[in-house]
Amino acid sequence: MTPLLEVTDLRITFRRDSGPPIVAVDGVSFTVSAGEVVALVGESGCGKTLTGLALPGLLPPGAELDATTHIRFNGTDLAGLSEDALRGYRGRRIAMIFQDPLTSLNPVMRVGTQIAEAIRAHQQVSRGEARQRAIALLGEVGIADPEERVDSYPHQLSGGMRQRVMIAIALAGEPELLVADEPTTALDVTVQAQILELLDRLRVSRRMAVLLITHDLGIVAGRADRVIVMYAGRIAETATTVALFATPAHPYTRGLFASIPRIEGSSGRLPSIPGTVPRPDQWPIGCRFHPRCPVVIANCREVQPPLEAVATSHLAACWWRRRRPGEHATGPGRRARQALPRRRIPQRQCARRARRRGCLLRHRSR
Amino acid sequence: MRAVEDVSFAIAAGETLALVGESGSGKSTVGRAVLRLEEPTAGRVRFEGTDLATLTPRALREARRRMQIVFQDPFASLNPRRTIGASVAEGLEIHGIVPREEIGDRVSHLLEEVGLDASFASRYPHEFSGGQRQRIGIARALAVAPTFIVCDEPVSALDVSVQAQVLNLLLDLRTQRGLAYLFIAHDLALVHQIADRVAVMYLGTIVEIGPARAVIGAPSHPYTRALVSAVPEPDPTKAKTRIVLEGDPPSPSALPIGCPFVTRCFHPAKDARCSTERPHLRPVGDQQVACHCAAPGDGAAST
Repeated sequence: MTPLLEVTDLRITFRRDSGPPIVAVDGVSFTVSAGEVVALVGESGCGKTLTGLALPGLLPPGAELDATTHIRFNGTDLAGLSEDALRGYRGRRIAMIFQDPLTSLNPVMRVGTQIAEAIRAHQQVSRGEARQRAIALLGEVGIADPEERVDSYPHQLSGGMRQRVMIAIALAGEPELLVADEPTTALDVTVQAQILELLDRLRVSRRMAVLLITHDLGIVAGRADRVIVMYAGRIAETATTVALFATPAHPYTRGLFASIPRIEGSSGRLPSIPGTVPRPDQWPIGCRFHPRCPVVIANCREVQPPLEAVATSHLAACWWRRRRPGEHATGPGRRARQALPRRRIPQRQCARRARRRGCLLRHRSR
Repeated sequence: MRAVEDVSFAIAAGETLALVGESGSGKSTVGRAVLRLEEPTAGRVRFEGTDLATLTPRALREARRRMQIVFQDPFASLNPRRTIGASVAEGLEIHGIVPREEIGDRVSHLLEEVGLDASFASRYPHEFSGGQRQRIGIARALAVAPTFIVCDEPVSALDVSVQAQVLNLLLDLRTQRGLAYLFIAHDLALVHQIADRVAVMYLGTIVEIGPARAVIGAPSHPYTRALVSAVPEPDPTKAKTRIVLEGDPPSPSALPIGCPFVTRCFHPAKDARCSTERPHLRPVGDQQVACHCAAPGDGAAST
């Protein structure tokens, strides 16, 4: 089966007036199939939002796609399309929702008008019919009393309702792919659960693929089929959600897991990844994660690790896995090493326990 | 319109009380009222034994030295045109805590204490990431050697990894300086890491309060149970029964007459009394719960 979206060697550079161009996304390849939810995870500054923006051709001014980049959507390479041709995809076949619905909605226009506007941009229907479809969409995204709400202004709605309106606008073009960039980050926990549930329902009812961009691995579980972990413009690890949570291979992924606060287990200090993501013009030589990594070997400081298979459809870019027998880590010290689970559980044993308990083990330092 | 009603709690020295609730529940208003940044219509705030409302402006200023606040968005609370050093030094100067010539040294020391480089003092807020700015906000609060800090959603705007760093910093400072916190948050998993006690607010009232272990481990109020169940489970193989609440909280200007939660409540024992009579806090299990129907062990079924 050919995937709905196939991104190969995505490379985004920013030209500067002085100095060499800055590479912000550096050779990212992935696929999304119809009806699939793929999560793109990483800290701020890793290039996940830029990756999402590149798909419908919404890169900010100054950002350019490399000539080697291909974004194949249903067989057409969007990377080579003109602005005019892209317009046929943007919003219609690839829609996008953002973190803050208030800044994306027009404050002086009724929400119904904004949805109807989106409908009429994509289909030739009368005003009256567009309004009826807007009401139907509001109902579909779970807004109570859509006949009344259609005449509300954005400020009259709560954060959760505004995000539902944004989703309704995104659905207006009947997209095959929805890029959701931190759709629940600004929302309360209870509302977050509602919105994620809604996205999941739409994926099933419309067979719509979703690229879920988030910094929080915690919300990915049970929502995404596959996860792509990005670090400093590259893919650090990618796997099915179940495999990634059961056996995370990259130290960065393990660090992200460890720093999720959990309602069960011990309270107090959380293991954390020391330091911050370097800026694109300050990416270190070798593995870009090595200055923050707890398990660094000589290779890590010199050569960028390739993304290679660690199991079936599970890839990771890490030298530590390929260390020679007897080679020891010389990481940035003990502080960082605490972020790792103390005990590595062999996969076979892990699966056995999982069967016994009816669930896979949580990877967390004890 | 009443934004917050009938809220009472105490925080012991060195203790952390978490105030949890959705946006609009009044938790920030309570935090501000505690510092008298917001004048309450009625009620008293006693700090170290004295009623803040009775203090003269001069005495209030002295009391404020010992109580500080850290905001959610440190960018909005830092003056973009002042250096970090000047912002951190401001409190030291106003309260005359150290002699003028020692201010520079003290600022360097404070920046290092919150995990920043002392050389950052000459830089401006826009040069820093969200996590670093939050550390600056904390350094500024610490400058005047407070005993109590209101932390108003201090990590909500940060990435998960940075969130853990800042949370650890707050925990370390608590141990080193014996600080008491009023920790305002909406994320119960986060609260679980730091709080000794938890108060859950809904539409301006406390609906459940008690030891963190009890409130989070065995929540009793239906609203708390929904909040606990909404915490994302970071394990795809673990099925979790989620209570997804219907709709949004009603507007504070049109509160239900009885229990404020009655419009969204799913408790099977819900009856006419819930819509006519306002429940008050009463002991259920190890905590205090404002619900007519809650019984010990209610939460066990939901988690």
